Amino acid sequence: MSDETPNPDKDLSAQNLPGQRGDHGEEVRVQRGMFGAQSGADTSGYGGLVRSVRLPGPASRPYGGWFDEVADELEGALEEQGLVPGNAIERTVVDRGELTFHIEREHLVRVARTLRDDPALRFELCTGVSGVHYPGDKGRELHAVYHLRSLTHGRLIRLEVSAPDADPHVPSLVAVYPTNDWHEREAYDFFGIVFDGHPALTRIMMPDDWQGHPQRKDYPLGGIAVEYKGAQIPAPDQRRSYS
Amino acid sequence: MTTPSASARETTEGTVYTVTGGDWDEVVRSAAKADDERIVVNMGPQHPSTHGVLRLILEIDGETVTEARCGIGYLHTGIEKNLEYRTWTQGTTFVTRMDYLTSFYNETAYCLGVEKLLGITDQVPDRASVIRVLLMELNRLSSHLVCIATGGMELGATTIMIYGFRDREMILDLYELITGLRMNHAFIRPGGLAQDLPPGAVDAVREFVRTMRKNLPEYDKLATGNPIFKARMQDVGHLDLTGCMALGATGPILRSAGLPHDLRKTDPYCGYETYDFEVPTADSCDAYGRFLVRLEEMRQSLRIVEQCLDRLEPGPVMVGDKKIAWPAQLALGPDGLGNSLDHIKKIMGTSMEALIHHFKLVTEGFRVPPGQAYVAVESPKGELGVHVVSDGGTRPFRVHYRDPSFTNLQAMAAMCEGGQVADVIVAVASIDPVMGGVDR
Repeated sequence: MSDETPNPDKDLSAQNLPGQRGDHGEEVRVQRGMFGAQSGADTSGYGGLVRSVRLPGPASRPYGGWFDEVADELEGALEEQGLVPGNAIERTVVDRGELTFHIEREHLVRVARTLRDDPALRFELCTGVSGVHYPGDKGRELHAVYHLRSLTHGRLIRLEVSAPDADPHVPSLVAVYPTNDWHEREAYDFFGIVFDGHPALTRIMMPDDWQGHPQRKDYPLGGIAVEYKGAQIPAPDQRRSYS
Repeated sequence: MTTPSASARETTEGTVYTVTGGDWDEVVRSAAKADDERIVVNMGPQHPSTHGVLRLILEIDGETVTEARCGIGYLHTGIEKNLEYRTWTQGTTFVTRMDYLTSFYNETAYCLGVEKLLGITDQVPDRASVIRVLLMELNRLSSHLVCIATGGMELGATTIMIYGFRDREMILDLYELITGLRMNHAFIRPGGLAQDLPPGAVDAVREFVRTMRKNLPEYDKLATGNPIFKARMQDVGHLDLTGCMALGATGPILRSAGLPHDLRKTDPYCGYETYDFEVPTADSCDAYGRFLVRLEEMRQSLRIVEQCLDRLEPGPVMVGDKKIAWPAQLALGPDGLGNSLDHIKKIMGTSMEALIHHFKLVTEGFRVPPGQAYVAVESPKGELGVHVVSDGGTRPFRVHYRDPSFTNLQAMAAMCEGGQVADVIVAVASIDPVMGGVDR
């Protein structure tokens, strides 16, 4: 084992560094240094720090509480429909008391319909879709996150679907949850996620002729420097970031 | 390139096409012939009865609305994007401005989300949670009062408008006493509160509850049994339980369809499971039912406020973890609220470590472990959900608000189509949309 341990003095690529906490999640970014100095002016001694930041990884059974029951029911219901659950459900994440199913996008509508209609699952209320843009998650940059609530059983789960920037298509859930109409338009407007099958996918917040999708990470915030008590305060996106 | 209906000529600016005649004459003729009464009306975005900058596009046949659509986005301010460029603590200053009538709900939902990501939900002191509940329930009163007041005004009932704003004014005075501001408080912070209640606040709230108990029956006397009020509200803006579930409508709309769904009961937060209150419902599925539900909710809120006052125990209002708790010790000086001079003297004069710590926490902020969380609270308008994502940095990676006004407004078409033009106003008022929340 000691032969495989990389030497951090020689190998600075993030994934080979020792002491990684939870090396199985999605890598969302690589942190370098500690104080946000970009121009080489960091004399703190932490300038060479390289750390990859990962989201919580897949959980293994048992998930705990009613999570196992929901997962069993969902897998069973998908099998009944002639679907291999492993193909539809990429992975299951349990984190901070919340259950997340990562779904392959081509199976999203089927899974959502099953979750809504199966009496043992019965997630009748969808609280809409929230887009998230992870530029560092190569090949899966755009995520669409759905929260489903079951009033019958008093449960809440999360579905997460990803699509690459190059092919930003996710099937629409409007046919299953009509409430997602405006939510999907919003996610399209702000992230450029194209929801296939949406009845009228147009911009909802920005003007119709707006260029670009403002909440993507590659879209600048904008702003101007202001003077405060004689000092120039740079625009918010120009200020030092410690992340 | 020219077609018979478009001639082209070259100018210094490029080719200019002049479109003439062609198919347009036929289009105009057929449109005129199709229906003599059918017109499309733009209501808003500056119409006084649309609760802000909401644009309604109504297709009208005589007095009947055949198609109704919403145009929104006129108040989009990019708050969610802005949050990604500030520290976690600064976020409350932004989210409080989303639905400006339910500031405390926006702040609490955001802070509960951040606390869940940090894993400190259990460490938030009891006193902070009780004050959060107190402020939220006062906020429910003030939000419902605005809804009833403006809704009444749109019917021509200006007395109820005066009553509503008179009572709301007392609540705004309480906000001012407690947080220093009448709106946009940024008082609830990740980990607790910005400050404890000032001296005299408990007595002032008690006095308010007494006055409000006297004033609330006036709404009953004025409106509940009023035949004109009932004629305008009953069977208007109909949306049954199936429609509510399909369209994701929550809050008083869902409860007016008979389902007693309230997140304070089904998914309690801030200790709501320990308070004694009821979830009122109606079974009429209409604007009148929503009015009754709101009125009863105000009575229940007063009950909760009283229980909050009774269980206020002295104690801290911020988590003990000094890596998260905001370091400022606020005190009232001659030039207003600011850092207490004693605290500044201590960190500047005697403790360099405290000074460094203070500086780091204020400029850099605290780090939040990577992951995501969804927290929902029962705002006066319905389920207010916050999806918070952290990438392990000192700033939010993504914050998304599932605003109840935004979702409920989708039901406008279902409520209005086939009804009268005048009923559109009542239906929209019964949804109680606030455009600051819809557009964010």
